[in-house]
Amino acid sequence: MAKRSYTKTPMKEQAPEIRNQNFSEVALGYSLEEGQLEASRCLQCKNAPCIQNCPVMIDIPGFIKQIEEGDMAAASEILSKYTNLPAICGRVCPQEKQCEMVCRLGQSKKFEPVAIGKLERLVADWALQQPIEPLAISHDKGKVAVIGSGPSGLTAAGDLAKLGYEVTIFEALHMPGGVLTYGIPEFRLPKAIVSKEIERIQATGVTIETNVVVGKTITMEEIMADFDACYLSVGAGAPNFMGIPGTSLNGVYSSSEYLTRINLMKGYEFPTYDTPVQKSKNVVVIGGGNVAMDAARSAKRLGAENVSIIYRRSREELPAREEEYHHSVEEGINYHWLSNPIEYLNDGTGKLTAVKCVKMELGEPDESGRRRPQVIPGSEFIVEADTAIEAIGQGANRVLLDTFPELQLNRWGYIDADPATGATSIPGVFAGGDIVTGAATVILAMGAGKVAATQIDQYIQTKKAEVTV
Amino acid sequence: MFKIVKKTELNPIEFEIYVEAPRIAQKAKAGQFVILRINEHGERIPLTVVDTDVEKGLVRLIFQVIGKSTAELATLTAGESLADLVGPLGKATDIENYGSVLLVGGGVGIAALFPIVKALKEAGNHVITVLGAKNKDLMILADECGQYSDELILMTDDGSLGQKGLVTDAMKEVFAKETIDMAWAIGPSVMMKFCTLTAEAAGVPIYVSLNPIMVDGTGMCGGCRVTVDNQIKFACVDGPEFLGAGVDWDEFVNRMGQYRNEETVANEDYEKKVTQHG
Repeated sequence: MAKRSYTKTPMKEQAPEIRNQNFSEVALGYSLEEGQLEASRCLQCKNAPCIQNCPVMIDIPGFIKQIEEGDMAAASEILSKYTNLPAICGRVCPQEKQCEMVCRLGQSKKFEPVAIGKLERLVADWALQQPIEPLAISHDKGKVAVIGSGPSGLTAAGDLAKLGYEVTIFEALHMPGGVLTYGIPEFRLPKAIVSKEIERIQATGVTIETNVVVGKTITMEEIMADFDACYLSVGAGAPNFMGIPGTSLNGVYSSSEYLTRINLMKGYEFPTYDTPVQKSKNVVVIGGGNVAMDAARSAKRLGAENVSIIYRRSREELPAREEEYHHSVEEGINYHWLSNPIEYLNDGTGKLTAVKCVKMELGEPDESGRRRPQVIPGSEFIVEADTAIEAIGQGANRVLLDTFPELQLNRWGYIDADPATGATSIPGVFAGGDIVTGAATVILAMGAGKVAATQIDQYIQTKKAEVTV
Repeated sequence: MFKIVKKTELNPIEFEIYVEAPRIAQKAKAGQFVILRINEHGERIPLTVVDTDVEKGLVRLIFQVIGKSTAELATLTAGESLADLVGPLGKATDIENYGSVLLVGGGVGIAALFPIVKALKEAGNHVITVLGAKNKDLMILADECGQYSDELILMTDDGSLGQKGLVTDAMKEVFAKETIDMAWAIGPSVMMKFCTLTAEAAGVPIYVSLNPIMVDGTGMCGGCRVTVDNQIKFACVDGPEFLGAGVDWDEFVNRMGQYRNEETVANEDYEKKVTQHG
């Protein structure tokens, strides 16, 4: 075997100056040969730490071994035991903080970790090319309702269908996928991939009903009467606004609105698609997470000349994925580190003309361990902007929770669910994903969905056993 | 898919459709709305639920052609379907027996007012209704509103039906001779603003139903945000009804015009397509 490369096998990408003008996927994927080369870097550890650090505990050395041997069907079979959405996770997981962070190869100073995410993507993309075979299992163990079709709900639904349940997902929007569909842009996660992955879950016998707002179109009471159990995976989709003066000026958006217009409604193809999205020259995005990166890179692709990200901490604390940060810099996004907006300025006609900011410095660490930013007095500065997008996080949407007062919430307004089981204060009602944890990652939401599926199975079977005794 | 079972042209710019949506029909209450999408390329547009037929599972909608989507919607006929229809959304009107109530509707806003007129009458109120339109041909639902009103006053800009003048003129007359416990106004934003000022002057609390730009309609984006009593509210989940006195009207009107250029582009593009296809 050739000498093990110190660095990850590079993945082909669209050139930055080309891709920042289109919405096509940036990373183009491995060929089988590139995948095999990368797979050969894996040390095949016993007690592999990468498995322990994957929220759904995929047998990583196992599937990588199969890639090395060129058996994609076997690799795919291993993946499908653990994850229902591998093509998505391979693309959007923050691997540098999970599986790849603890990769033994990467622990030695000379070597980069194995590109686990890129290998997962290779296998999953191969699998999506294969014909879908409907799963030949009967769904007679009971009926489960899943509320919300984001990564957590889809995972729970897929697992429950495989366990023999009749599963119905209720989705408020006209397309399933949650954040995968309305939030993460095409250039990072092609919607055709999301659709195909969802089709595969439907092939396990899952029914998806779109245009159903639980709490409005149907009530929780009706669901609890019709189903043996339900899983609440409605996410944390209500946007927060900082509430600084000028928030209602034209040109000020929540990242949720901006990205929904672009991704779900395909505003970047206006007027072929009917939903407009503002054309901008100078765009300011506030925040430092993946959502901020997505909004900034989308704005650039819509033709904005200057796009800058305003983040109140420094580069070191940036919560976004490493890869997205690098991509954003390559595509020409500017950064104002240690800065915070304090006012949106009006051009006199109700439109945004600039954002007034202040400089920050980092003080003592807060409870999250990150140093708390403080305003430097007299440090005001102005950034010209016709569009400002707030990507400062989301909270729990009250629509369902307000109509279900029996359900216990925690002090942040999220559902109070046992993290080990997903059980809520109401028997038969389970919850997981962002509606329990607050905005987190796709893979953590999937992990919660897996746990809930097992627990829901146990709950229903125990209850049925009690009835028959 | 949501099938249109009946369509009526009320006048050259306003249309009525009955759409099959049993779940929505069963749940919708006065004051609530739906969001529809015509087809795969469509945008999501909000429309008030005018009425429901629970037995047949139908939702009654009325719209005015004001841009691309409504123009396209007007081309659909009975038997065709909408790609998406979701609801009922928003908070329902607080229906109770207030005593004497005044309801004011303008233009296509009358469609949104009608279910509230009906519900308030059924709750035992003394109902006075004022409807305003440009002219006789554009006056909608006058008979139906009249059926649930103790007094019906019709106003037209040109005097071709009822009295000549604005709805606020009629409001002033009503306030001069009657004690009103609660009022509602639904129509163009400028009308609702002036109805609010008129009611305030008479010391009568008045609800308005705001119709800002919406995308999802479920509280997920904040596109429909309005400032009420100096606080940001999302009209789709906190409203659409608010007490008019607390609404920042200038901001509301300004935000309504956010996409004026794009709306023109969409319209021109659509007209071009329609002419090309003859």
